[in-house]
Amino acid sequence: MSEWLEKQLPKLVLAPSFVAILIFVYGFIGWTAWVSFTKSKLLPRYDIVGLIQYDRLFVSPRWDVAFSNLFIFGFLFIVISMLLGLLLAILLDQKIRTEGIIRTIYLYPMALSLIVTGTAWKWILNPGLGLEAMLRSWGWESFSFNWLVDPNMAIYTVVIAGVWQASGFVMALFLAGLRSVDDEIIKAAQVDGIPTWRIYLSIILPSMAAIFLSAFIVLAHLSIKSFDLVVALTGGGPGYATDLPATYMYTMAFSRGDIGQAASSAMIMMAVVFAIVVPYLYSELRARND
Amino acid sequence: MNTKLLIAATSALTISITSIAKAEPQAEVLHWWTSGGEAKSVAVLQEEFSSRGGTWTDMPVAGGGGDAAMTALRARVLAGNAPTAVQLKGPAIQEWYEEGVLADISSVANAQGWADVLPASIAGHMKCEGSWCAAPVNVHRIDWIWANATVLAENGISMPSSWDEFNAAATKLKAAGITPLAHGGQAWQDATVFEAVALGVGGPEFFHKAFVELNEDTLKSDTMKAVFDQMRTMRGFVDSNFSGRDWNLATAMVMNGEAAFQIMGDWAKGEFLAAGKRPGIDFLCASTPGDGFLYNVDSFAMFDVDGADKEEGQMLLAELIVGKNFQKVFNMNKGSIPARVDVALDDFDPCAHTSAQDMAASNAGGSLLPSYAHGMALRGAQSGAITDVVTAHFNSDMSSDEAVDMLVSAVANSM
Repeated sequence: MSEWLEKQLPKLVLAPSFVAILIFVYGFIGWTAWVSFTKSKLLPRYDIVGLIQYDRLFVSPRWDVAFSNLFIFGFLFIVISMLLGLLLAILLDQKIRTEGIIRTIYLYPMALSLIVTGTAWKWILNPGLGLEAMLRSWGWESFSFNWLVDPNMAIYTVVIAGVWQASGFVMALFLAGLRSVDDEIIKAAQVDGIPTWRIYLSIILPSMAAIFLSAFIVLAHLSIKSFDLVVALTGGGPGYATDLPATYMYTMAFSRGDIGQAASSAMIMMAVVFAIVVPYLYSELRARND
Repeated sequence: MNTKLLIAATSALTISITSIAKAEPQAEVLHWWTSGGEAKSVAVLQEEFSSRGGTWTDMPVAGGGGDAAMTALRARVLAGNAPTAVQLKGPAIQEWYEEGVLADISSVANAQGWADVLPASIAGHMKCEGSWCAAPVNVHRIDWIWANATVLAENGISMPSSWDEFNAAATKLKAAGITPLAHGGQAWQDATVFEAVALGVGGPEFFHKAFVELNEDTLKSDTMKAVFDQMRTMRGFVDSNFSGRDWNLATAMVMNGEAAFQIMGDWAKGEFLAAGKRPGIDFLCASTPGDGFLYNVDSFAMFDVDGADKEEGQMLLAELIVGKNFQKVFNMNKGSIPARVDVALDDFDPCAHTSAQDMAASNAGGSLLPSYAHGMALRGAQSGAITDVVTAHFNSDMSSDEAVDMLVSAVANSM
């Protein structure tokens, strides 16, 4: 009996959370998929009518804006955060004196809620209150920075706020990566008289490939599910110029009573996540099997 | 944790109360009137209800202009435990009726003679296939234009009676360094201005065809293009910093003379009055240029409930909501006017008098129309689709032709 228990205990302990995840994650993904094939409006209906919601989604100009914003925002957010994070990490890695304090300062934005970040940047970037008004009142009359109210540029303000929030975190990841590189190799390279930039480029960075991948995965899912930042910073405006798929879905589900539309946009978002995560999982699993 | 305890305690209390006094009228009321004046107004109803021997269970759900409350409602209905009465309005009432969850309150309505005291088009919203299913609370007028009296006097401008006059006045004000139109660049505010312009430029019949019937020919007509042209002109009259501004901040701009006009529903009046401004002296109110009256009627829809005590509560609640006393007290707090036409308006301000007179006149002339921007004319998906086009046009350099094409396809796609 006790032997049996000993054998089964891990499974028994894991079972509740396994069941919960099965129902509340995968079950509801299935439910959303089902609803996305129906004509659900205010309340969900369950008779399948085909791809009508997806047809509607793909001709909607607002979804067009939201979906292309996802790629603009996602691409810039990931690339700039990684470059900036890497740069900060390398600079911090130069064995400077007050590293502990500086590291904390850079990491701190990650501790803030995105709502706080969004609201603060909304005030900073508001042409009548923030940066523009300040520099003009200092006498730089021709200074103009009105991206927040310009429909063509507003999405880039979301990138600015997002990068501000996340690059410190990426820095911490990279710093850990830099520190994990074997000192002996670096010293050997230094003895051979190889310049520092070359050591970074050819030795340290290539050995950090796994860190790059983790940083990418973390940033990618942050950008796809990004919702609160846009709501706080621009409210999706001007017009719907800064809509993202998540805000589109929210509007359809909760403001417009169009659950079918919301479900189909959620499925597309999930497809985007899968397109990123599945290759990652595949490479991870294959590497382990080899 | 604390809230959970609280809920548990309250429900235990409710259960014990119900078991003691069984025949008492019960009402659980879901609403999102949680801000100062509104909460006070609901408290009036609550008091009346308990003075008639009822037990009121308050269920306020704030946030998102009712979105949060609707989410709560959806959960309750799906769980088969709908509240007694829910703050709902316009076509949303019919939408819920189609889900088969609304109750019939015709017995109260007939006993109280609602049909005689409510304007016909407003009564129409309260009926589901001929039987009464909701009780109206108030009438907000949307097509108001508010102005700073001092600014207008200093620049020798009177309240505009046509859009051309408005444009001329605005050009003059702009030259004088005053923002002509205080506006907040949020989608619903863009839509509010748009519908006032559409009513003025196109007239009541055009408005009805376009935003109630969604007639395709009207949506792509030259009149609609003219409406978008006027919107483009209006875009030039707002300050450069309008994006995302809340409506009450725009009202404040009119109050302190930074801007001259604002187009907004009559809740803006509450802001003026709260700041100690006097109607007719410090600020002016008038309907936007053109004929007609766009209304936004708040109402309570009655849901199907089980048990004699709850049904009794529902009937009592419906009676009180449309009762003269509540209609008067509530609307004085809220800035709107009573939905029933036989309430004495002596204690109301001049703007409310204008509103009531215009409502009666336009009711007789057939130009009493539901507001599309505030969810009275169309269902969420359709009105949302129109608003998307309006706000995209207003916030870009899209041409009126493009906007009209987009409007037609957006409406078709939202069905």
